[in-house]
Amino acid sequence: MTGFVRPAQSTDPVILSLRRVRAMVVRYLYLLRGSLPRLLDLCYWPIMQMLVWGLLSQFLVTKSSFFAQAAGVLLGGVLLWDVMFRGNIGIALSFLEEMWSRNLAQLFASPLRAWEWGVALFTVAMVRTLIGMVPAALLAIPLYHFSIFDMGWALITFFFNLLLFGSAIGLVTSALVLRWGLGAESLCWAGIFLIAPLSGVYYPVSILPDWLVPVAYALPSSHVFEGMRAVLIDHTMRYDHLWKAMALNLVYLGLSGAAFLAIFRDARRRGTLLQMGE
Amino acid sequence: MHDPAIRASGLTKRFGDILAVDGIDLIVPAGRIVGLLGGNGAGKTTTIGMILGLLLPSAGTIAVLGEDMLRHRHRVLPRMNFSSPYVDLPKRLTARENLTVYAELYGLVDVRARIARLAEELSIAEFLDRPNGELSSGQRTRVALAKSLLNAPELLLLDEPTASLDPDTADWIRRYLVDYARMAGATLLVASHNMVEVERLCTEVIMMKRGRIVDQGATDALIARYGRHTLEEVFLDIARGRSAEDLPTAAQ
Repeated sequence: MTGFVRPAQSTDPVILSLRRVRAMVVRYLYLLRGSLPRLLDLCYWPIMQMLVWGLLSQFLVTKSSFFAQAAGVLLGGVLLWDVMFRGNIGIALSFLEEMWSRNLAQLFASPLRAWEWGVALFTVAMVRTLIGMVPAALLAIPLYHFSIFDMGWALITFFFNLLLFGSAIGLVTSALVLRWGLGAESLCWAGIFLIAPLSGVYYPVSILPDWLVPVAYALPSSHVFEGMRAVLIDHTMRYDHLWKAMALNLVYLGLSGAAFLAIFRDARRRGTLLQMGE
Repeated sequence: MHDPAIRASGLTKRFGDILAVDGIDLIVPAGRIVGLLGGNGAGKTTTIGMILGLLLPSAGTIAVLGEDMLRHRHRVLPRMNFSSPYVDLPKRLTARENLTVYAELYGLVDVRARIARLAEELSIAEFLDRPNGELSSGQRTRVALAKSLLNAPELLLLDEPTASLDPDTADWIRRYLVDYARMAGATLLVASHNMVEVERLCTEVIMMKRGRIVDQGATDALIARYGRHTLEEVFLDIARGRSAEDLPTAAQ
């Protein structure tokens, strides 16, 4: 060992916090950058979904006056549902990466805070969603003459609301895996489909049984998909749905964040941070 | 007078009905290399987990580098680090990527220079750009050690630091760690089953059994007190329930 010089460390707490978030984002982007199959996998399913539902929409347009007027409803639904699904899986997969690689103890023996990790997971989920969705959305334009971008800024609000709700679900399923171990891993993939029937992705919430309608409207996603149909069919922006979706998202994000932090603290009590892995 | 690097009082950890650590009082003076010894299930890893803040104690207090770990853990984490063969770095990331991520987490100002310096000192430069999963276990141990030294910690916790290393490399690493502790004025707490390693590395040892500290002291003094020639013989005495006073050779 040559002469010792202590390496300089930043001291500004805000800068340090931002650097830790960036470090974790970079950690997950290294994974994507290093694997072409992973990148292709991100795009593959959204494109397949878009192709199948686009063909179905073309068929229905010839058979139904409703679809003749609103050809983009199914395609818009499938693309936006994938935003929520990708938001969920983006959080959960990044979390599972740490479990699979037995890296949790290293991470939390470092100055990283749980909430900083949460911000990094959300950022990565957004990047993964964009990588997955943009090619499918662009391909839909020449193939089906449907541009989801025609929704303009409404699309941005739909995108962020669905991403936030998907992330909230991802945080909860990740917390459940932290609590019950990798045996509960399938929750990360399947958990979100529990709310798909209630979200009115392809149909109006009003067709649900009366007693389920209030339950559906307690989900931000149902307001987003109602709002999407209003834009595509009536060419109007339903601000009431938008505000409700945003307010509900704040509630769900708060609850999921609190649940995650509570289970994280419980993991420190139970010793699971030291033990978890494949 | 300096605070001890670690001061624990009545430290207890219970997992359901199992008492993993049973009210230990522990003081590790600053600037020393201390071995934490004990058989399987003695409570070493649980104790290290609590020192790192990865585990919450069921009872007791613990201060690291003068900070209360239960209340101000994040004040002291940038000043400490750890390495264990039972905890991995991500396998799909290269050694350089892993070190970069952790250097950022520890808030280092010049990340590249620090990695380059450690790569040279620990002879890992030739495989810095290979994925961690493709490295031999000995190479992975050296990368993990580099990670644990990124922030030049004042307190370094090491669990089996030379596991998977050939004797030559293991000896070289031990010398490096002794040099590091001396030059940085750092405290090292080393949990190990390798008694030769502990004898060479540590000036003091703490012996644990069934969650309790059963003996401690300077390595040479402990060997002499038990009337033995090596630390391994002392370890076997303690593991088999013989105290220094029980041993006829010790009384002579």
